[in-house]
Amino acid sequence: MTVEFCGLELAHPIVNGSGTFDALAARRAFGAALDEQFPFAAYVSKTITLEPRAGNPPPRLWETPAGLINSIGLPNKGLAGYLAEDLPELTSLPVPLITNVMGSSAAEIAELVQACDAYAEIAAIELNVSCPNVKTGLDIGADPRHLEQVVRTVRERTSKPLIVKLTPNAADVAACAEAAQEGGADAVSLINTLRALALAPSHGGMLSREPWLGGRTGGLSGPAIRAVALAQVAAVVTRVEIPAIGMGGVSSATHARELLDVGARLVAVGTASFRDPTAGSRIARELDSPPAPVHA
Amino acid sequence: MPAGAARGQDRVSERWPISDRSAAAPFGRRLLTVTGMDELGAYRVLRVADPEMSESPPAGRAPVPGQFAMLAAAERWGGGEDERPYLARAFSIARFSDGEAHYLLEDVGPGTMRLCELGPGDRLWVLGPLGQGFTVPQDSRRALLIGGGVGIAPLAIWQDELAEKDIPAQALLGFRDGPRAEGAALLCAAQVATDDGSAGRHGLVTDLLIEQLEGDEHATVYACGPAPMLETVRAICATRAIPAQLALEAGMACGFGACYGCVVPRRGGGYLRVCVDGPVIDAAELDLVEAHAGGAGGTR
Repeated sequence: MTVEFCGLELAHPIVNGSGTFDALAARRAFGAALDEQFPFAAYVSKTITLEPRAGNPPPRLWETPAGLINSIGLPNKGLAGYLAEDLPELTSLPVPLITNVMGSSAAEIAELVQACDAYAEIAAIELNVSCPNVKTGLDIGADPRHLEQVVRTVRERTSKPLIVKLTPNAADVAACAEAAQEGGADAVSLINTLRALALAPSHGGMLSREPWLGGRTGGLSGPAIRAVALAQVAAVVTRVEIPAIGMGGVSSATHARELLDVGARLVAVGTASFRDPTAGSRIARELDSPPAPVHA
Repeated sequence: MPAGAARGQDRVSERWPISDRSAAAPFGRRLLTVTGMDELGAYRVLRVADPEMSESPPAGRAPVPGQFAMLAAAERWGGGEDERPYLARAFSIARFSDGEAHYLLEDVGPGTMRLCELGPGDRLWVLGPLGQGFTVPQDSRRALLIGGGVGIAPLAIWQDELAEKDIPAQALLGFRDGPRAEGAALLCAAQVATDDGSAGRHGLVTDLLIEQLEGDEHATVYACGPAPMLETVRAICATRAIPAQLALEAGMACGFGACYGCVVPRRGGGYLRVCVDGPVIDAAELDLVEAHAGGAGGTR
């Protein structure tokens, strides 16, 4: 069941959500089997920023009912480190590589995109716009007008497919998708994690409760957000022409098919891979063989 | 258990070389059957038939002592307290023999509670062996194995391997109370300390460590237990320039480097991922084992 996505021919419609699968670490843990049975039809990198980032102080995780709040803080080697150290290793993966980048201004994002544009190994670029604007403090991706401006600036810097990863923490996500399309995006992906808070365990006193996570707030993922994801994907695909990658709590072919049925072109698997690193290939396989085929 | 060196040689031809400190896990979690659940004082020993882990080299899945696995019950995982657990839980491999892996459990949250309920014939998801294990002492040093509570688990399999290699080792184990101190039976000839004095020495296991080092400092220390204990061990070894390998605990979502959730601060800046850079970490790589290094809140 090959799928066309922004000019890429993919073996199936399942990819990974950015930041939910580290292919290089997985090679260390599982050896050559990782490449021989790579679970995704394209590999989306962790978010790359201009400068290296260590990430947030721990604790970084909190388990919720059917889900997970994370506050990882986008640790990465920075653009130069990524291009010099990681990209050569990622190039040998058996699938197309999508590089995810984030910056706090249009100029910064443009610099990242322009640098990626020079590498033939990078098949497409995804913009993480869930980053506060340095001037306004608002998430770039939550304000349609600002988002359109940013995408328009960045668009000029690359001929590679440009995917905008929408934030779900916006008043009107479909309007943001329209803005991305207007600015020249080739696709949108959604949903990113939902802003969430976990409190440190209470010790019985009347003292004020502190956030558990080192980054204070985090992002909620997992089955807990699946119905939200379905609603936002359904709303977005009716408002834009460009294809959408749907994600949020997918852990079975049934969940993936729901997103495809409302109009997503691809489906990303994220938190489910934490429970089983081969979740992506299992879902792709199950999608390929419907449980009750009526026209075999 | 094959020697680390032999394991390394077997892997030379592989495209992605695996270090002597880790055996590569089969890719994907596997559905296995519980063969036994034994009581050990306040703890349980979960035994699981694991034919893939037992493949001998060159397939080489036999775990290196210090490695761990992610465990989740196949049925009723979720629906416990607060509709949890959701994620699998990380456990050191406590012993591995005759195709059976042993894990030491203590009921401290919805995940461990559900695992403690399992009995023979029940099914379990297992992903592993994962992470970096222990390495043998250098310069003919003897091994001191320092364990605290449920953290004694990886020291049991390490004691087995050190014995096979004829490397002298002494285990020093600390527990909160008498029922937990019964866990000391997992290791051979251990000296015990308890917080309440109900078994062994009344005091801390780190007191036993200081006594041992005052007798003979030519040792390598291997430690696993609660963060405050590990921090004391680290500080004791640092001031005496004694090599120490600490097996850290951390709340983790995946166990194979994907989630970046299980980090501890690294000396000189940045973080180490406990799952892929550890769980066994050279104490010299850490400035401090922080009190919340467990980071396990919400993932127990």
